[in-house]
Amino acid sequence: MANTVEDIENNMATEAPVPSQNQHSEPGGTGVRSRGGGGGTAQNGQPPSTASQQRPAQVVEGDEDEDEELTLKYGAKHVIMLFVPVTLCMVVVVATIKSVSFYTQNDGQRLIYTPFPEDTDTLGERALNSVLNATIMISVIIVMTMVLVLLYKYRCYRVILGWLFLSSLLLLFFFSFIYLKEVFKTYNVAMDWITLAVIIWNFGVVGMVCIHWKGPLRLQQAYLIMISALMALVFIKYLPEWTAWLILAVISVYDLLAVLCPKGPLRILVETAQERNEPIFPALIYSSTMVWLVNMADTGLGHRPHTRKNSAETPVTEPESPAAPPPVVLGPAPLSPPEDDGGFTTNWVGQQEHQLGPLQSTEESRREIQQLPSARPPVMDDDDEERGVKLGLGDFIFYSMLVGKASAAASGDWNTTLACFVAILIGLCLTLLLLAIFKKALPALPISIFFGLVFYFATDNLVRPFMDQLALHQFYI
Amino acid sequence: MRVLSCSDADMYEQCSVSPFAIGFSTVASPPRRKDSIKVMHPPTSNTTTFNWAFFWLCSLLLSSLVWFITVQISNKDSSSQQKGLLIFGVVLSVLLQETFRFGYYKLLKKANEGLLMLSSEETMPISIQQLAYVSGLGFGFMSGAFSVVNILADSVGPGTIGIHGDSQHYFLSSAFMTMAIILLHMFWGVVFFDACEKQLWWSLAVVVSSHLLVSCLTFQNPQYVGSLVPTYIIMFLMGLWAFVCAGGSLRNLKFCLTCKDKDFLLAHHRPR
Repeated sequence: MANTVEDIENNMATEAPVPSQNQHSEPGGTGVRSRGGGGGTAQNGQPPSTASQQRPAQVVEGDEDEDEELTLKYGAKHVIMLFVPVTLCMVVVVATIKSVSFYTQNDGQRLIYTPFPEDTDTLGERALNSVLNATIMISVIIVMTMVLVLLYKYRCYRVILGWLFLSSLLLLFFFSFIYLKEVFKTYNVAMDWITLAVIIWNFGVVGMVCIHWKGPLRLQQAYLIMISALMALVFIKYLPEWTAWLILAVISVYDLLAVLCPKGPLRILVETAQERNEPIFPALIYSSTMVWLVNMADTGLGHRPHTRKNSAETPVTEPESPAAPPPVVLGPAPLSPPEDDGGFTTNWVGQQEHQLGPLQSTEESRREIQQLPSARPPVMDDDDEERGVKLGLGDFIFYSMLVGKASAAASGDWNTTLACFVAILIGLCLTLLLLAIFKKALPALPISIFFGLVFYFATDNLVRPFMDQLALHQFYI
Repeated sequence: MRVLSCSDADMYEQCSVSPFAIGFSTVASPPRRKDSIKVMHPPTSNTTTFNWAFFWLCSLLLSSLVWFITVQISNKDSSSQQKGLLIFGVVLSVLLQETFRFGYYKLLKKANEGLLMLSSEETMPISIQQLAYVSGLGFGFMSGAFSVVNILADSVGPGTIGIHGDSQHYFLSSAFMTMAIILLHMFWGVVFFDACEKQLWWSLAVVVSSHLLVSCLTFQNPQYVGSLVPTYIIMFLMGLWAFVCAGGSLRNLKFCLTCKDKDFLLAHHRPR
């Protein structure tokens, strides 16, 4: 699953739709595992030729010129924009693990994907079982990804949307109900069913609205973080220990292959999405800024105007203050079926043509128009506001799962948790750096998970005894 | 086009040069026309505090690896030998920390120079003093966290301090010591970078030896008087030294405290 980082460049029209990634949802039972967000792919779209602001009439000559202007506008704000949500998610997971014992208890229940138990007599048997579990899990993931890619390729959008809808429904209602129940049990809070029902109902409905339709950005971000944390907690509870570590390792390898290999399913997904200029599916990507959608210039009869019905990027109708980021001009991305003209009747189009002359949109003219500076408020000093960063929810889930497992399993040691946390964040930094350099879809899992795993095992086995001895004698280094 | 500017004093969001970023950018996409390169912020600025924390962690990892190996091959029953090995581990750890600090400093310098070469800017994207401060902060944060977080976690749970005859002041002394260490790391960072910039190797030696001294003083614990008091004296002295290295003086201090420093105010004035 391509849990990857995407960078949106808000001030230029980019054909950088980020497709949805693996999304599986298994109904029923405690074995539900809904991979809410296999993540988007990291894309840079096209580097903004901000030089166009100075020579507006020139047509883009091509990538060569763009390369010559190293206009990499990545500020510290980008990294902060991702650090904060990832940290929050991890904090929620670790806090829950440390306080609510439900998620660390071994009830003997397992997911249907990991049928082999790990409480066996010999180590060899345990190893074998965990390898088998991991194999089954990864095969399921691969199959689901293929199904998703096929569905996407054959434009079965309704099926995918329905699937996403069901899984977020499950997460927002069922899992959060269980979570709340366990928290109440831990803190011995008495709660009546009616209040609980009202709370869960409101939480769930607002969550569905925010994620799948429109809502304030912060609320949407908060909900995405919460569902990632819930999913990570489910994994931590139901995956036995060795299986969990193996799955983390194998999934980062799979992520790498799926996104970078030419025939990788996720690469196919990204390329198909780019060809069609389509946006991400909702509920799979965490986005740090508001993405505005503005109707572009008239593009003629044959082309569908860019009204988007189902937008995950909560478009705000008007800026609240002059300091609001300039609107994004995205490529045409109709999710609605072709027969729907989105309100632009043939009458209106005809009138436009009459007034402005026949307009035929070609690749060239469209790109030229995209390069034009649109009428927007003057660029502020702080250009970083224009850019947003995106990270797939799958990344959140697996990062939090690693840190949660570290805090659950590492004999209560906080140093291990801290070390994994720092390692994952540094991996994320490196991934963003590579994104800036290579400017194409990149997986966000491999580097972070690799660092996380190395530091987990190293800290747990090497650093912990050393620090324990130091603390015993109160030596300071 | 926005020219690189570092007027923001917000240290943590300061665009900080990641060495790999600059190195890679020079290698991966060589400029064709030098004058056309307008590097805005350095490519993927990272929050340097985390980078430094990561390097501190790496140094700790290496030293614990060495210690672990020595313990495995030693006599596990002899407690004096174990204590000796632990002392060796502490000294090694201190030396490795300073080595990593120096190593990362060199890397960042190279990266900064590379960036300057590429861009048409005259000044560095981040001043060396800010880098020094952030380095000290990163090291101090990680060191303090590793020292104290387990103790904090244990302090919540049920228990009695020193029930087996150990000192009653365990938590208190740990807290004070940790604070001293964090502040010391910050001061050491500033002095260290200043010494490296001005090639004052004796300053460098003093920093390293004061770090060693502070760690060795803790060998006296639980006689806290012998360890805490000198540590705090050293901390104040290092603080003064760092203040002077960073360009501070009584005059600056006075202006700062009375909010009369016009240069500072002008530089940080944000137009509405």
